[in-house]
Amino acid sequence: MAYSEKVIDHYENPRNVGKLDQDSQSVGTGMVGAPACGDVMRLQIQVSDEGIIEDARFKTYGCGSAIASSSLATEWMKGKTLDEAATIKNTDIAEELALPPVKIHCSVLAEDAIKAAIDDYRSKQKHDDAAPAA
Amino acid sequence: MPSGPAGSHWSGLFFSGTFFFDAECSSDTICDLGIDDVVVDLSKNYFELFELPVSCQVDQQRLSSQYRALQRAVHPDRFAGDGERQQRLSIQYASHVNEAFDTLKQPLPRVIYLLKLAGRDVDMECNTIMDAGFLMEQMALREAVADIKSTSNPEQEVERLADQVDADIHRYLQQFEGFWVSGTEQDLDQAETLVRKMQFMVKLATELEQLESELLDD
Repeated sequence: MAYSEKVIDHYENPRNVGKLDQDSQSVGTGMVGAPACGDVMRLQIQVSDEGIIEDARFKTYGCGSAIASSSLATEWMKGKTLDEAATIKNTDIAEELALPPVKIHCSVLAEDAIKAAIDDYRSKQKHDDAAPAA
Repeated sequence: MPSGPAGSHWSGLFFSGTFFFDAECSSDTICDLGIDDVVVDLSKNYFELFELPVSCQVDQQRLSSQYRALQRAVHPDRFAGDGERQQRLSIQYASHVNEAFDTLKQPLPRVIYLLKLAGRDVDMECNTIMDAGFLMEQMALREAVADIKSTSNPEQEVERLADQVDADIHRYLQQFEGFWVSGTEQDLDQAETLVRKMQFMVKLATELEQLESELLDD
């Protein structure tokens, strides 16, 4: 199967590969997996006090499309508010990367990772609010 | 009629559950049977086809011997000189038998099939949100696999990881069996989750095998 140029670009020069401190209160971590292809994706966001995503990092073990989808997701998330980032749809990712139908699930994985990371960050803030003031 | 491989003697009793015999067929060697005499009942489940109990564990020896006997009976080569319909039937039967064998041979397709028999189609495409602990473990395993070549003794490291993955697959299989035998809806949910985890591990095992042969080639 031929990959699109954009997929190859992200695959060969993945943006924002790496890890953020999972235990930090300002970091949200999303972990998702796709049993169909055994792909595992970790997507992390660093959120400012104003609720802006300052940094995003990913690590994906999977095919080129999965790597490109998560790489693109981190690019798109940076600078966005949590609510804005939450509106990123897998169809947008698939369209941007020109993913063939058999690789659509890779973009679904990326969308789920985005949501999981945002959820993780938000649940951390809730816990924070609930904790007694130091 | 074309003759089959030498020594492929036919035992009617052995396959009484699988084949339908023409009442007038007096021969006791499979080589003399036409495809119409050897009807594979496509409605039977794969376990029944091989006359095996429906179970997580499969007697591999029996599976192989039943498979060989069935393949001998329906192999398209035997019907090369017959009409088009007979040839088509034999191809259909042979591919059914092959698929059944492939499904039962390895644990993962076998347990997926068991769930299917229990009315559960495991959807591997969706369900991306899995238990976080498992995914972290997967991530760590993948990282270890990615680093193998830079370790001081890659061969040993491949073996260590392969053993670990095999042990995990075995453990999941045993857990699956417990849930599957009990068979309540909740238990089948658990069984389904285990199948997904197994799928990850099997992928990893395949990758490790590839890596191992690469290391041997170097």
